[in-house]
Amino acid sequence: MSEATSSKIPVTVLTGYLGAGKTTLLNRILSENHGKKYAVIVNEFGEIGIDNDLIIGADEEVFEMNNGCICCTVRGDLVRIMDGLMKRKGKFDAIIVETTGLADPAPVAQTFFVDEDVQKNARLDAVVTVADAKWLSDRLKDAPEAKNQIAFADVIVLNKTDLVSKGELAEVEARIRGINPYAKLHRTERCSVALADVLDRGAFDLDRILDIEPDFLEADDHDHDHDHHHHGHDHHHHDHGHGLKHYHDEDMQSLSLKTDKPLDPNVFMPWLQNLVQVEGGKILRSKGILAFHDDDDRYVFQGVHMMLEGNHQRKWKEGEPRESRLVFIGRELPEEAIRKGFESCIVS
Amino acid sequence: MKEFTPAPDSASIVSVTDRVKPVTLGMAVTSVHFLGPRAAFVGGEENVAFVDAKGEITTVAVHSGGILSTACDGKRLVMGGDDGKVVSLDAKGEVTLLATDPKRRWIDAVALHADGAFAWSAGKIATVKSGKTEEKSLEVPTTVGGLAFAPKGLRLAITHYNGATLWFPNMEGSAEFLPWAGSHHAVTFSPDNKFLVTAMHEPALHGWRLADNRHMRMTGYPGRVRSMSWSAGGKGLATSGADTVIIWPFGSKDGPMGKEPAMLAPLQARVAAVACHPKNDILACGYSDGTVLMVRLEDGAEILVRRNGTPPVAAIAWNAKGTLLAFADENGDGGLLEL
Repeated sequence: MSEATSSKIPVTVLTGYLGAGKTTLLNRILSENHGKKYAVIVNEFGEIGIDNDLIIGADEEVFEMNNGCICCTVRGDLVRIMDGLMKRKGKFDAIIVETTGLADPAPVAQTFFVDEDVQKNARLDAVVTVADAKWLSDRLKDAPEAKNQIAFADVIVLNKTDLVSKGELAEVEARIRGINPYAKLHRTERCSVALADVLDRGAFDLDRILDIEPDFLEADDHDHDHDHHHHGHDHHHHDHGHGLKHYHDEDMQSLSLKTDKPLDPNVFMPWLQNLVQVEGGKILRSKGILAFHDDDDRYVFQGVHMMLEGNHQRKWKEGEPRESRLVFIGRELPEEAIRKGFESCIVS
Repeated sequence: MKEFTPAPDSASIVSVTDRVKPVTLGMAVTSVHFLGPRAAFVGGEENVAFVDAKGEITTVAVHSGGILSTACDGKRLVMGGDDGKVVSLDAKGEVTLLATDPKRRWIDAVALHADGAFAWSAGKIATVKSGKTEEKSLEVPTTVGGLAFAPKGLRLAITHYNGATLWFPNMEGSAEFLPWAGSHHAVTFSPDNKFLVTAMHEPALHGWRLADNRHMRMTGYPGRVRSMSWSAGGKGLATSGADTVIIWPFGSKDGPMGKEPAMLAPLQARVAAVACHPKNDILACGYSDGTVLMVRLEDGAEILVRRNGTPPVAAIAWNAKGTLLAFADENGDGGLLEL
């Protein structure tokens, strides 16, 4: 599995709301002296110009698959471009797909799961979202696209941190964490981030689904106060007394489930399949490391909307706690139902 | 379907492998066509390699980049590249620049008409150039997936999302939209001009009977159809995409409506490329495991041309007389078989 994965060309998806600094990051990646050649799929020609790399213009063309998967949309232009790029295999080391500021990352990601030919040659490496420290909080209120991009991200480059105060920065980070506590977050000015932090992350590699812990050390072990009575304003926050604000985004949340008791695969698998079939429109990303009853191997899975892939990963190590952990990031997740469903998978 | 799969090395299959003249091209190959007496193997990028009956190779540079699309009428080979150029290559090996996209966009599709007209597409725009008349362009709703000229008249089929557009470039306002949800790629007219068939992004073909635009759904493939070839006389459309060659019947006025396709030459590998013999009811097919077979349409009798155990077959073609078969795998190892 790992061998096959490594021979595939890694694809980084670069998203971010208008003006956040995607092009700055792209130019930084391309101009750095890394000795690699990139094929870059952009929606606007002309803003970048590095001779050594292949720059391909694309119209973001999304179409619905007729495969019974209601939310299954793919980027047909990417299918076509990947097809063309594969004729020049060996001429570049990685692919970067820049999306427009208003794009939903899901169709891009789904293209790499659904299309047989694309899957054979390329692997999705990570979704990297560039966010503007000054304006993100506002965009999260008025632009659902911005929220999608944060929720979907594996890596968030929080840019233009020099334009905000410490307090404002803490505020915007808390808002990001309220939506997506799992992405790696990097604070930058003019997108100066180490390339290793955005490229070759293996975020979709089942063998590397380890980063399932929230990214921030101050993770609240005690449960969020997930009371669902209606609030008149968009967000409410809890002050936990250690200076870190915790926002609970009413629209987009993450849900984490954990148990140290073994799961019954014959109950869990159908439950998970059914969950993503029914709620897949709301679930943007899902990941899990699972300990099944009578099974010495760790099982890992990940998903994008209705699409799931999973595999036995490796033997549980001696002394390693056999815990199952699942994470869902999504919109208006039916938390109680998911928690109950998960609990019913535990071997009693 | 047959109940047993003949192993290529079993004695039960007639073999002509020892009569194949091996060809080693040393480049990735995506298609092959005959230009005059020579086979023209199209590389993944930059070059076309001519191979004559003796097996001698002559390489010609045609594009400065990937070669994305090809069309051939036996006299010339028209190609579109990621260098934004449309070029043609003739049997002598002469390269002519036919068009350049002003923005250097990829030339995703090309088509060639029997009377010498040609068409290409870049993005959503399809352009036709016919004789001395000026270029005519049509913009379709989304990026063009494939192009094909009708066998009669100057009429172009353009595929895109959610259907195909039929267009007479010399008639203002003649574009006719044939809807069908999904993304449509390669397209072909039946030789009798009665049917239009597209290969979809999903593992399926879609067809329209042009007299009344009635739909024909051709589904059941495990993989996407990348190769289609009309049998001699246009009675059947042979296709790749399954572990047998799937041949849809087009002999009657209803085409394949309500009919089952023929399934020939099953192997434990996916059919990757098909080419019907131009005169007889025989086809040649290449598989994902490198096997090449010749198959008689009538009874499915098979002759082994090349054994398995190599990369997928990427290209296969007959010359116009049907006396020479050329093929190559993705790595550019192939052969010529004289019948």
